Amino acid sequence: MLKIENLHASVGDKAILKGINLEVKPGEVHAIMGPNGSGKSTLSYVLAGRDGYEVTDGSVTYNGEDLIEKDADERACDGIYLAFQYPVEIPGVSNSYFLRAAVNAQRKHRGEDELDAMGFLKLAREKAKLLELPDNLMHRPVNVGFSGGEKKRNEIFHMAVLEPQLCLLDETDSGLDIDALKTVANGVNSLRSPDRAMIVVTHYQRLLDYIVPDQVHVLSGGKIVKSGDKDLAKQLEAEGYGDLVAA
Amino acid sequence: MEELDRKPKTSDDDHVDELLNRDYEAGFVTDIESESLPPGLDEGVIREISKRKEEPEFMLEFRLNAYRDWLKMTEPEWAHVNYEKVDYQSISYFSAPKLNDGPKSLDEVDPELLATYEKLGISLKEQEVLAGVQGAPKVAVDAVFDSVSVATTFKETLNEAGVIFCPISEACREHPELVQKYLGTVVPTSDNFFAALNSAVFSDGSFVYIPEGVRCPMELSTYFRINAANTGQFERTIIIADKGSYVSYLEGCTAPMRDENQLHAAVVELVALDDAEIKYSTVQNWYPGDENGKGGIYNFVTKRADCRGVNSKVSWTQVETGSAITWKYPSCILTGDNSVGEFYSVAVTNKRQEADTGTKMIHVGKNTRSTVISKGISAGRSNNSYRGLIKILPNAEGARNYTQCDSLLMGDQCGAHTFPYIEGKNPTAQVEHEATTSKISEDQLFYCLQRGLSEEDAVGLIVNGFCKEVMKNLPMEFAVEAQKLLGISLEGSVG
Repeated sequence: MLKIENLHASVGDKAILKGINLEVKPGEVHAIMGPNGSGKSTLSYVLAGRDGYEVTDGSVTYNGEDLIEKDADERACDGIYLAFQYPVEIPGVSNSYFLRAAVNAQRKHRGEDELDAMGFLKLAREKAKLLELPDNLMHRPVNVGFSGGEKKRNEIFHMAVLEPQLCLLDETDSGLDIDALKTVANGVNSLRSPDRAMIVVTHYQRLLDYIVPDQVHVLSGGKIVKSGDKDLAKQLEAEGYGDLVAA
Repeated sequence: MEELDRKPKTSDDDHVDELLNRDYEAGFVTDIESESLPPGLDEGVIREISKRKEEPEFMLEFRLNAYRDWLKMTEPEWAHVNYEKVDYQSISYFSAPKLNDGPKSLDEVDPELLATYEKLGISLKEQEVLAGVQGAPKVAVDAVFDSVSVATTFKETLNEAGVIFCPISEACREHPELVQKYLGTVVPTSDNFFAALNSAVFSDGSFVYIPEGVRCPMELSTYFRINAANTGQFERTIIIADKGSYVSYLEGCTAPMRDENQLHAAVVELVALDDAEIKYSTVQNWYPGDENGKGGIYNFVTKRADCRGVNSKVSWTQVETGSAITWKYPSCILTGDNSVGEFYSVAVTNKRQEADTGTKMIHVGKNTRSTVISKGISAGRSNNSYRGLIKILPNAEGARNYTQCDSLLMGDQCGAHTFPYIEGKNPTAQVEHEATTSKISEDQLFYCLQRGLSEEDAVGLIVNGFCKEVMKNLPMEFAVEAQKLLGISLEGSVG
């Protein structure tokens, strides 16, 4: 589904990713771990197509197509979803209105009929129930006045409604207490499926107790310095990044 | 008195320039033979206008007095706008489509005119209304087309309620006592340069009278439109809400593309008597000019309400996206005790548009209250100024005002300016002013794109969210239109 080869990327003049190789197949969950400043969030932004994150070398193919050439909205419509580390507030726009606009933009892109208000509400209610999302979150302005937990849960709610193929979860556990973490993880797990892949970017192993990855990669200095199965995460938890980062 | 100049800095200007291009959708000219007077203005022209409109004697006097006032006045220059001065002798002050007796059904209306409505995007629903189709929604349309109203619908329903809604020229003939009693009492002929000119030469407009205790059974709606070349439009609108009555009035505008700048100097007078309420909503989409600002409409309007009665209320809601130059301050004189004035405004400027707009709230009576919510959006190389005056007179015990003034900037070549004036002459009054300036953040934009929205849709969504407090005050069908308009006006102005 996703193939990253020798990816180099910079922000402004600063080179951040320095030769990433990674292949993700449908159904797989990959965890990207690493210390602060290792390039984890940059990788998410580069894949999602954020302005200012420039690919300087290497290639990324997604479902056989060159991803780098596409704009952010096109990538989203093609099924790439980024759950933000810091979800953005949009005052005056209700969460449900925003999400319906997004759903319909994506449906239009795929040549499907747009959902009317009733059709959307039905879909949204279904997903909200699945994630135990309070009903009022749908009607409040996007992320405005949401608690940290509500914001993260809302990201997973958007993901559930948009049904992407490739999910990028950027530090989805940051700022969550243990109960909120469990709720979010349950939501993510309920969205795991044989044709959906996930890349979970996290600083701590904690999240991976709940979202169990197929592969774990350690990112340091803009490169993947070590890959392994879920036990690698446990090992890191016990021993720290020290040795790997120094390498 | 303070001025806050705000100019943001971004790096992404090429992108902005590249996207800042969109042709005006309503740019077309309708070929209907006009019976125009030759250009120029003197007392003879005014007598001719009055004669052609078969006006009573007091109207001619009113016009001539205004003309004499106007001759002594000079064009105001204090507004934060720049434009080439208008040559008032090159304008034709009267132009009317040829129609006999006025149409009784749609069949009698010039098909060209109907085609014009269609191009203007007047909804099918509203065309049905215009056509008087059975079961059509009850929105009366009084269309001003080149200075003369050509269609007035739902007169019967309104008649039953005792509501008068007709072209002002008709009101001059059929209800002279009402016109004489109220004309010029809110905006005197000598009020300002443009109001004086309007008073001298106004061609047509709407007249509304809601009798005591009547809640107007439908929203009253007028589509203004400028058509014949070099014909300045000088509408005059008077709305009187008698004791305990209520009316909601909608005004929407658009104009065809032109090379010469077109002058528009309307006067709107509202009078609310005891316990009466008037809601006046405007969605304005006049041709703003090309990317160099050439050819756009000059909109110099005087709109004022007098809350004459106790407990009366007037609420102005406006969404302004058009015109090359806008000079407009819908105001309320809160004369009656406990009267309420409200002003909700969205002003969008793009390309080279310049808007100097705002409101005046004059607190005269006791416990008078006013609310001002102004949302200015600037894009391209435009300038958007808010100018507001809150004046508390000595007798206005317990008067209160709340003003909120927010600016949204797109790109780094536009300007947003705020000129708030507060004059408090009563120590018990409370006046609050809040102001913010923001930009559409790159974070917000990326968040929307990442969900699959196009850049244009994302900007539309964020801007509509910014304006929500104002939009929610518009009647439903108008709000939808206004939302679309915001999207169109700002298309391609991501900064």
